[in-house]
Amino acid sequence: MISADIQIVMPEILLALYAMGALLAAVYTSKDGMAPVLTWATSALFVLLAAWIGINGQGTHVGFGGMFVDDGFARFSKVTILLSAAAVLLMSEGYMQRRGLLRFEYPLLVALAVVGMMVMVSAGDLMALYMGLELQSLALYVVASLRRDSVKSTEAGLKYFVLGALSSGLLLYGASLTYGYTGTTLFSGILEATAHHPSIGLLFGLVFLFAGFAFKVSAAPFHMWTPDVYEGSPTPVTAFFATAPKVAAMALFARVAHDAFGDIVADWQQIVAFLAVVSMFLGAIAAIGQTDIKRLMAYSSIAHMGFALMGLAAGTELGVQAMLIYMAIYVTMNVGTFALILTMEKDGRPVTNIAALKSYSKREPLLAIIMLVMMFSLAGVPPMLGFFGKYAVLLAAYDGGLGWLAVAGVIASVIGAFYYLRIVYYMYFGEDSDALDGRAPPVLWVTAVVSGAIVGLAWVPGINLFGLDPIAAAAAAALVN
Amino acid sequence: MIGLEHYLTVAAALFVIGIFGLFLNRKNVIILLMSIELMLLAVNINLVAFSSYLGDLVGQVFTLFVLTVAAAEAAIGLAILVCFFRNRGTIDVEDVNVMKG
Repeated sequence: MISADIQIVMPEILLALYAMGALLAAVYTSKDGMAPVLTWATSALFVLLAAWIGINGQGTHVGFGGMFVDDGFARFSKVTILLSAAAVLLMSEGYMQRRGLLRFEYPLLVALAVVGMMVMVSAGDLMALYMGLELQSLALYVVASLRRDSVKSTEAGLKYFVLGALSSGLLLYGASLTYGYTGTTLFSGILEATAHHPSIGLLFGLVFLFAGFAFKVSAAPFHMWTPDVYEGSPTPVTAFFATAPKVAAMALFARVAHDAFGDIVADWQQIVAFLAVVSMFLGAIAAIGQTDIKRLMAYSSIAHMGFALMGLAAGTELGVQAMLIYMAIYVTMNVGTFALILTMEKDGRPVTNIAALKSYSKREPLLAIIMLVMMFSLAGVPPMLGFFGKYAVLLAAYDGGLGWLAVAGVIASVIGAFYYLRIVYYMYFGEDSDALDGRAPPVLWVTAVVSGAIVGLAWVPGINLFGLDPIAAAAAAALVN
Repeated sequence: MIGLEHYLTVAAALFVIGIFGLFLNRKNVIILLMSIELMLLAVNINLVAFSSYLGDLVGQVFTLFVLTVAAAEAAIGLAILVCFFRNRGTIDVEDVNVMKG
């Protein structure tokens, strides 16, 4: 019995044991001298675990009396989380090394955050959900203030901590009300209790829970921490924030919405649709005036979360499938974009001003083309990968009877295209400047080229989005039934 | 007779005071930490009250988890606050404004 349970959580246990063991090993040996090795080892372990989960995983297993669920949906999210975290760690190593930021705690905190995310996406109970979420958040607060001698970084950590704790509080209050009005914390039990008319107290709990999730995915109107945290954190950390935690939080959102509240879709559909429409427009409009590329990416991620929520708002299996496709594509685009942002530096100092990209194409033709592909893709211009994600969520929203939301999404995406295209304009038509040193370290160069190829070539017949569609469909079918 | 609704009212009041403490406080970051703690403790009252009302232990187990996590959260919050104080020389909420947002 217990050994079968342990078998189900084996990847999480292994990763947690690795993080604790490596922490001890590094403390008793050369400390920060071990940091590069640990970064590579953690990254390799992520890839191995992703391969193990992706290849070995079959069917649905429930462990610990329903508290932990290992199904196709969880596996899809875990593989996305692990691979994106591995890519971000690889990109961070050189950057942090050059700035003396690479401490051995960094890869291990990321590993612990990833354990938290894996528990989140597999949670089958409000307690497991809370513990996973807090493990992830506590690790991320520390990572945000990693550059502890900089005002900006510690301020980012402080803001993230205060607002993150507030969102945890909202979420917990919702969890307590849900527990009180259904008599159980198990998602399956909540599903049974909501089968007939849900009480008003339960609906209050639902709203608080969803507000907490909206904070974690940085959906408007709960987005205010995002731009500051993105700007203040060291750039590799920003790249991490923009990828894996977003997937985890969005997957958790979908898990609770369908596993626990799947019978009262009509009650939460309007909330999610509202979050989606506000996020899309706020992300698109507020980004226009930004001059810092990290802040711009923050607003861009708010808008993208709006689109992903649009898939969830549909409340159907197709909607969840579209959301998963969207998140996987979003992560790929962000890894590539941040690989390029990490190469931006002048005299050994990082540059985040957008104007520094002026006439970039003359100095770095290849990287400029990759940046162009990324920007077109983020904007959702047809042949690029990003278009297929937008198409999937728009189709799902229309199919789910939310035609107005799909129309709003198209309008928001047209507005949002402006600031992505402005970067392209700077790169190709801006006046000459030498605000950047033209030098891309090999790891960043390879990451940028690979993700550029993935994003730019997805439309080629025969590639078929790299088989993403059927996998996401199977994952969505595991969640919604 | 004190029933479930009394406990829920107290918890809701404490929770709202905590949220207001977060948003209206213009003085000191320590007060923010206290407000966060107040919110979590309000949730604990809720959980224990429901647990006793339903005759179900799960709520009390949840409370223990929340208490543990709250302690860890306070430790991390204070650690970040110490780092911030070293760089900025102040912990006034009004001075947490290097970045506008």
